Amino acid sequence: MTTAVAPKADASPITPRRRRSRLKLRNSLIGWSFILPNFIGFALLTLVPVVTLFYMSLTNWNVFGKADWVGIANFQRLIGDGSFRTSVVNTLYYSAMHIPLTLVVSLGLALLLNNKLRGAKYFRTAAFFPYITSIVAIAMVWNLMFSPDYGPINQILRFIGIENPPGWLTSTDWAMPAVVIVSTWRDMGYYMILFLAGLATVPRELYEAARVDGANALQRFVNVTLPGLRPTTFFVTVMLTINSFKIFDLILVMTDGGPGQATLVMSQFIYRKGFEESQFGYASAAAVALFFMCIIVTVVQFLINKRRNA
Amino acid sequence: MSALLAPESEARGLRKLGEPRERERDRRPKSPGRKVARVLGYVVLIIAAFGILLPFFWMVSSSLKGANEVFSVPITWFPEEAKWSNYYEIWFESGMLTWLKNTLLLSVVVTFLQVLTGSFAAYGFARMRFPGRDVLFLVYVGTIAVPWQSYMIPQFILLSNLKVSNTLWAIILLQAFGAFGVFLMKQFYETIPEELSEAARLDGLSEYSIWRRIMLPLSVPALASLALLTFVATWNDYLGPLIYLRNPDLWTVQLGLKSFVSNLFDTNYALLFAGLTISVIPIAIIFALGQRYFVEGIATSGLKG
Repeated sequence: MTTAVAPKADASPITPRRRRSRLKLRNSLIGWSFILPNFIGFALLTLVPVVTLFYMSLTNWNVFGKADWVGIANFQRLIGDGSFRTSVVNTLYYSAMHIPLTLVVSLGLALLLNNKLRGAKYFRTAAFFPYITSIVAIAMVWNLMFSPDYGPINQILRFIGIENPPGWLTSTDWAMPAVVIVSTWRDMGYYMILFLAGLATVPRELYEAARVDGANALQRFVNVTLPGLRPTTFFVTVMLTINSFKIFDLILVMTDGGPGQATLVMSQFIYRKGFEESQFGYASAAAVALFFMCIIVTVVQFLINKRRNA
Repeated sequence: MSALLAPESEARGLRKLGEPRERERDRRPKSPGRKVARVLGYVVLIIAAFGILLPFFWMVSSSLKGANEVFSVPITWFPEEAKWSNYYEIWFESGMLTWLKNTLLLSVVVTFLQVLTGSFAAYGFARMRFPGRDVLFLVYVGTIAVPWQSYMIPQFILLSNLKVSNTLWAIILLQAFGAFGVFLMKQFYETIPEELSEAARLDGLSEYSIWRRIMLPLSVPALASLALLTFVATWNDYLGPLIYLRNPDLWTVQLGLKSFVSNLFDTNYALLFAGLTISVIPIAIIFALGQRYFVEGIATSGLKG
């Protein structure tokens, strides 16, 4: 495949310049040949669909593949759609609980492990395990743990004296907090490792210096640890935000959006309109909204990072 | 584009985490306050560990219970008599064997393709110079921030038109060509000194031989990270199979277990737990063997939500 430049019986003398440009072309072809096997799949499975998405969102594409241009009609319909608004509100509600909770818990655990406690290594392993277990498995186990009457969680709550424990997934008020508990339980080990890595880069001498200056533990945390961790915290927050916006499979298995529409999130709205109701055009409009929510977070992160590094 | 990456300092920290750390002895005198704080630290750690592992413990213990024992009041943490026949039953009386076979096949093929095409393309991005390279890489990185949920519909229509929907090919195509592998491998290749390839080039090795005989052997840790992360992600994937695999003969273990609950009117939960345990065991083994590769792979895997 390297011989794309067929050696011709060339009568003209090969000038150095021509040789160089030939070499360049050869190099380009070799470069592309490396990328091509992956790029073909990538273009077909990712690039083409992403571009098509925008087109679809402006049509009334249905299950028969018939697509008429409807302009921004889908987006106008979205704005008036109560279910869509609910899904946006629920997504933001989930994010508002999940992001700070996971930040605090994972940072707290990382700080604790950073103290060279015995067994920290085993704890790190255990804490990371939920993150690589399948969502279907953990969602089903937690679902049953949350059973209002006989599930272990409410039995434990009753045991410690809480008379009327929440109905969790059967209650419109408690279903979302239940989902947040599970997703935080799943994610915290992962973000904890990111924080631990960040902590490992904070110079030890700074702590020593602060101690010599008479700073107590809290002051050391505020003045040494937090500033040193800023890049990590920032990165973790952005990842958490994007991952919260696109939350889907956990909710699909745990609640399927219910009870009622109490846990209907944006991804699920897209899934329902698209795969259950076959309104591909309309679903694509909602997908464009999700797309921009995630892109905006990324771009904002990019800009802030750039300004900081400048 | 570095904005999408874990901070550079962090990548270093992660590498450090993977290495066995020398135990640093704390030579400061132990005041009573510090002792109390340490004890408190252990207490919190133990409670947290308990909370983290409880669901897994309950899953395994329930998988050995009788059908009526799973939801008893008060809870039985340990089954009265371990009922191993649950495993026998779910193994032979559900599609478990088919599901596992499909899942294993998919995970192996996807991992192989992802590692192969990913590391191959990464060499092109990291070591070759040609017009359009940087723009193309920017496109690769850019798509990592795009949630799959937003383009799953056009992707589904495309694959349906190609007639691969409802075949295992759909999942292979879906997972094997991600930008993620290219990205992780490129990061690693850039840490390998250019002089090595230069020397090889002078010795007359072609670029392909340099990739195969120099870069691949040197990047084994990164390849291991990528392979493990890809394998686990494919094994655990639920949404892809849910959308594409309608025919029960093609189901993966995740789909099968989910259907086990929705199909039976009165599910025998002990059986379900046995099935769940079976589905988690391969992941647990892989994790136990390759733990440090997971931790090292995280520097870039933050992108894979």
